Amino acid sequence: MSKPWGPHDLGGQDGGPIDLAEHDTAYWEWQIDAMVRLALKKGLISDFAELRDGIEQLTAEDYANCTYYERWAKSLAHTLVSRGIVSAEQLAAQVDAVRLRQEAEAR
Amino acid sequence: MTGHDHDHSRTFQPDHAEPHSDGARVGLALRELLIEAGHYTPEEEQAVIAAMQHASPQDGGRIAARAWSDPDYKARLLANGAAAIRELGYEIEPYEFTVMENDASTHNVIVCTLCSCYPRSLLGMSPAWYKSASYRARVVREPRAVLAEFGVELGDDVNVRVHDSTAELRYMVLPQRPDNTEGWSEEKLADLVTRDALIGTQRILPTD
Repeated sequence: MSKPWGPHDLGGQDGGPIDLAEHDTAYWEWQIDAMVRLALKKGLISDFAELRDGIEQLTAEDYANCTYYERWAKSLAHTLVSRGIVSAEQLAAQVDAVRLRQEAEAR
Repeated sequence: MTGHDHDHSRTFQPDHAEPHSDGARVGLALRELLIEAGHYTPEEEQAVIAAMQHASPQDGGRIAARAWSDPDYKARLLANGAAAIRELGYEIEPYEFTVMENDASTHNVIVCTLCSCYPRSLLGMSPAWYKSASYRARVVREPRAVLAEFGVELGDDVNVRVHDSTAELRYMVLPQRPDNTEGWSEEKLADLVTRDALIGTQRILPTD
């Protein structure tokens, strides 16, 4: 078999049994999905290929450890930071704010 | 849950995520920044989510039922899926849409090995297993073994065709019309059709 292009190139690789469990999409996952669609609609990204390109830039470790919408989120963040639509510092500060809020809510 | 189990579930069930993960926080933080900067509003977000939640496999079922009932429509559907689907009033995203027909000697199944492309605008949210590493890796190499895990047993006389979707080309399977459904209304036929049959991980549609 030829060498995979990257961690996303799964076709023909080994894999375990398929987990057939159904699932409900969490609301935050719908929000990420909507954010990507709106970013596209508003011209913040040019097309879905740009999102996929960002996902394919993830490290093998990130790719394996991230869930589906986490990959979308990281990809869009990467693209919007590299386009200067948000700054890396702004994003890091907001991630901290989200974490602190979640921790406060959990208490 | 043990650490090992957790890692496993994250790898193979990629939609069971908590909003407290690093990736989710990045997404939620980015969302807040974009809304704060006025790139979009919470109302726009609501509208997009509502539209996405509206799509369901029932739409695919109606299309299959029309194709079973109207040979001319079926010919158009198989020739140019996107145009024939829009003909019924469905709005689908601007990509190619190819419908593959199952028959006695052919079984079709769809996958997206490179990411998780799925006819979302027609069938709604894809199942978690469709996005899983195992399904994407294995169905192109050992489709019969994978289909057996879904309970689909195929005789040696049935060819299996696996269709790998892309960002620009989506597939849907037209299942075989079940026997003993002569004279059924389109509505009744549509109710027989399942999501998995439209993906190709189910072959027989029970009629009782």
